[in-house]
Amino acid sequence: MPEPRPRPPRRTALLAAALLALTACSAGQDPRAEGTLTVLAAASLTDVFTALAGEFETRNPGTEVELAFAGSSALAAQINSGAPADVFASADTDTMALVADGAGLEPAWAAEHGAAGAVFATNTLRIAVPPGNPAEVADLASLADASVATALCAPEVPCGAATAAATDAAGVEITPVTLEEDVRAVLTKVALGEVDAGLVYATDIAAAGGAVEGIGFPGSAAAGNDYPVAVLAGTDTPDLAADWVDLLLSETGSGVLTDAGFGTP
Amino acid sequence: MTGESAPPARRGLRARRGRPPWILLLPALVGIAFLALPLAGLLLRAPWTTMGARLTEPEVLSALWLSLSTATAATALSLLLGVPLAWLLARTGFPGRRLLRALVTVPLVIPPVVGGVALLLSLGRNGLIGRHLDAWFGLTLPFTTAAVVIAQVFVAMPFLVVSVEGALRGADRRYEEAAATLGADRTTVFARITLPAVLPGIGAGAALCWARALGEFGATITFAGNFPGTTQTMPLAVYMALQRDPEAAVVLSLILLLVSLAVLVGLRGRWA
Repeated sequence: MPEPRPRPPRRTALLAAALLALTACSAGQDPRAEGTLTVLAAASLTDVFTALAGEFETRNPGTEVELAFAGSSALAAQINSGAPADVFASADTDTMALVADGAGLEPAWAAEHGAAGAVFATNTLRIAVPPGNPAEVADLASLADASVATALCAPEVPCGAATAAATDAAGVEITPVTLEEDVRAVLTKVALGEVDAGLVYATDIAAAGGAVEGIGFPGSAAAGNDYPVAVLAGTDTPDLAADWVDLLLSETGSGVLTDAGFGTP
Repeated sequence: MTGESAPPARRGLRARRGRPPWILLLPALVGIAFLALPLAGLLLRAPWTTMGARLTEPEVLSALWLSLSTATAATALSLLLGVPLAWLLARTGFPGRRLLRALVTVPLVIPPVVGGVALLLSLGRNGLIGRHLDAWFGLTLPFTTAAVVIAQVFVAMPFLVVSVEGALRGADRRYEEAAATLGADRTTVFARITLPAVLPGIGAGAALCWARALGEFGATITFAGNFPGTTQTMPLAVYMALQRDPEAAVVLSLILLLVSLAVLVGLRGRWA
């Protein structure tokens, strides 16, 4: 678990400026046929991106895709502190905006695809319960019952924002026993049976196999998340990075996404 | 060795012929720089003007209070269990003692998050022991303040045990032997001779233990979860603040740092 260690803002700004200058220089060079592509992605994309990385490496021989997964907010903080990366895929548009305003997006790519990144997937919340549903959870309102121990995402992380939207829309007030640091931590607590229910993404339930059961609820679509992806200003392989985004937006990409429980725009 | 009780004289001597050799001084200075640099980063980045306002926020105050009280409770519990454990390791011989000593250092080696998972698997609602606690007493530990203390004891007690065991091994045993030949039983020897002799070691170990408990993050968030007022200690509050508002995270870190330094320096002065 990374202990917080923020850096001085001036240094970050300098680094961002230096990286911008670097990309400006490399724009005139020949596109690199091979190299390493570093992709930072929200934890909920773990399985999809791992599958697509194999496909990408087959299509671009000599290329290596390095994947790093964590909470979107943590990744955004890393990128804005100068972490070297080519592509960022976030679990919500707010976090992408933090990066667009901070370290910045690759200007040429952003001019073509939008200054806030390109939305490639959507995700909706589901109630996750341990196998057998011991607390007999039926819908969102069941979670408001004090005898049902519930784990939710902390409001500071994207899945927490989606949770707040869903409970507000349903007019339900849930008092959780814990506010977890990311959605997989909620899933773990449900799978271990430490809580009776948790709110996670449909994709997390698909990924958990039989470890948890999923329960849909009316209005869950209203609390959906848009997943944007963007090529970062710090990239030294802008063409390769753009190819990754294209693969994600292609039919191959949406096929893998749909299999994992995502919706596609 | 010369003039321990007269610092001015000692300083004079050192200036003339006792200058520290470069081979020790140079790495020591690099060491200081290495430890101080991240702290300097924190201090430079700090928005000092907002610190006063943060200190009055009820959430910050409750996290700070929770941190101080749980770390203190964890230290008390560690003293109660850890000092006898250190005595057992240092003063008795029994088969498997080496294995036991290795076991004591396990929490120092494993990542705290893994420690948290291990605590869930043993004391959680479906855990080895936790299952029975739930069935027999209706007692569930995870997501309670008690779980915060348990996570801290698990991670921090080894520091106390290792320190106290070292102090016990370094202590002069002739006094204990003399007391024993004069008819004192082992409990009396421990309470009247051993304990006072290693008190500074226990104090240092307790301070180390308290500091480690105060900074505990991984095992706490995994085993006790994160909820303001019950389980959200300062390190957890810092981590959560970092997700959205890095400046707030810096201020919270500094508050924790200053309070813990004040306590440690204050205690140090009393013991010296």
